[in-house]
Amino acid sequence: MAMDYRTYQQKKALMGLILFLSLLGVSLASLSNGPYHVSLREVFAVLSGGGNGDERLVLLGIRLPRIVAGILVGASMGVAGAVLQGYLRNPLATPFTMGVSHGAMFGASLAILLGAGYSLNSGQVFISNPYAVVLFAFFGAISATLVILTLARLRGLSPEAIVLAGVAMSSLYVALTTLVQYFANEIQLSAMVYWSFGNLERATWRENAIMTVSFTVVFIYFILKRWDLNASTLGDEVAKSVGVNIERDRLIGTLLSAFITSVTVAFVGVIGFIGLIAPHSMRLIAGGDYRALIPLSALAGALLLLSADTVARLMVSPMNLPVGVVTSFLGAPAFIYLLVRMEGQR
Amino acid sequence: MIEARNLRFSYGDKEVLKGIELEVKEGELISILGPNGAGKSTLLKCLAGILKCRGVYLRGKPINEYSPKELSRILAYVPQRIEPGFLTVFDTVLLGRRPYMGLTPSERDLSAVEDALKALGIVELALKRTNEISGGELQKVSIARALAQEPDVLLMDEPTNSLDMKSQLQVMRLAKKLSKEGKTVITVMHDVNLALRFAKRFIFIKWGRKVVDGGFEILSKELFKEVYGTDVEMGEVRGIPVLVPI
Repeated sequence: MAMDYRTYQQKKALMGLILFLSLLGVSLASLSNGPYHVSLREVFAVLSGGGNGDERLVLLGIRLPRIVAGILVGASMGVAGAVLQGYLRNPLATPFTMGVSHGAMFGASLAILLGAGYSLNSGQVFISNPYAVVLFAFFGAISATLVILTLARLRGLSPEAIVLAGVAMSSLYVALTTLVQYFANEIQLSAMVYWSFGNLERATWRENAIMTVSFTVVFIYFILKRWDLNASTLGDEVAKSVGVNIERDRLIGTLLSAFITSVTVAFVGVIGFIGLIAPHSMRLIAGGDYRALIPLSALAGALLLLSADTVARLMVSPMNLPVGVVTSFLGAPAFIYLLVRMEGQR
Repeated sequence: MIEARNLRFSYGDKEVLKGIELEVKEGELISILGPNGAGKSTLLKCLAGILKCRGVYLRGKPINEYSPKELSRILAYVPQRIEPGFLTVFDTVLLGRRPYMGLTPSERDLSAVEDALKALGIVELALKRTNEISGGELQKVSIARALAQEPDVLLMDEPTNSLDMKSQLQVMRLAKKLSKEGKTVITVMHDVNLALRFAKRFIFIKWGRKVVDGGFEILSKELFKEVYGTDVEMGEVRGIPVLVPI
């Protein structure tokens, strides 16, 4: 039987390899395609330091940072969703249900109202102070989680209560955003709406470096916690019985998943459903063992978002569709499909 | 081995345990009995260190002074139910090895899981997900998980719930075998007949207080009338004590 178990584990490793190779393939396809076509041979030439000036500018200056951002944001959301669903024992849980997206929207809107951005007559939106918008969005995003976790720490909230508190905080931020928008002029208003479309175009190498650091640190922490996450899914009593300090772990885990999501949302805006689709599809295919689920959700999230962004970029080329629109459009039916499949397995 | 001295516990304002005294030795097989809401499960959770209570001592040392890891190597707890999910049976039982494991499970960990699965007769379920199996099978998985923990003290909250007759006997025989090997086994039981058949000592609880504590000599019609508020007829079938409520 131990043999069967090893075979079962190897299948998951194979799954990871397939996802990794797909990610590599989509990355290359995404590099090569666009309004300015670059053949695969030239792509390799540029990546190994050659190519002409135009190609280098298009690939290294525009497409590659966007691809890397897609991978980082997708991986962050995949991992954050997988982990929260485990700690809160709720299939709907993602950092967005903790108020991260609506908090970020409020923060960004407030920054714009206070003068950080406006839209030009041409309809193009101009954010005059991107750092202010990013910082406000980040603190807005994480603030809801901080409020909920403070409550949880003081009053000992159950996982169900934490999820419900997240719903309440989201509504509060929607109301606050509406209030801010009421006082904004039409130019600011269009900048706020523009900001709310998640768009990977905004990420440059500097943003990518910050996201790499935040993702890597949190990813390693969760990998070390993989057994405790498995224990958490069975209930608090079992977790305690095998020596897990589950209340403390739940607070730290929730904070860290909200943190990596807030970093990405502050930089690229709200991109929905990756944190639901990536972990749930991996659960259905490879099971609920967090040893495999954490890396697989990261890979699946990266693959999903990069694919969606490539579609968004090429579909109405040379115009760019915000990727947030694509993920929500395809994500909602995909999530319903996954839920139905999962219900069948109860 | 494990001891309660003036053990009190409250959920908010409601006092559930009102000063329980208890001393349990190594190798004992004990059933905690009593009506619904008597405080049986709360008592077991206090003894397991799941609920933070003062007055519980393990090997003479207050249970709150053990680190979670130390405690989990001595004592295992089987809750009334565990959540089914996408984890396989094997991985669920493997969690019992967490107190011993480094970063990855060793050969020893894997063989302990295999032994636990064999002891419960659920080897063939190993690679199924816990949301694909029945409630009774899940209960056995939960017990196997605690066995894999190789504890000196095993606390089980209604371990025979949702099990069929044959499985009930299997689980209780296992409990008896463990106690003969020197482990301390305490179970909360609703099925009085199963308790009478396998346990050697009974602790009756009502309204958060211990009514009586002892072996077969304490059992009487009057006791059941007092604790459960119902008349019973007591007899014997092939040397096995049987109790019928009337």
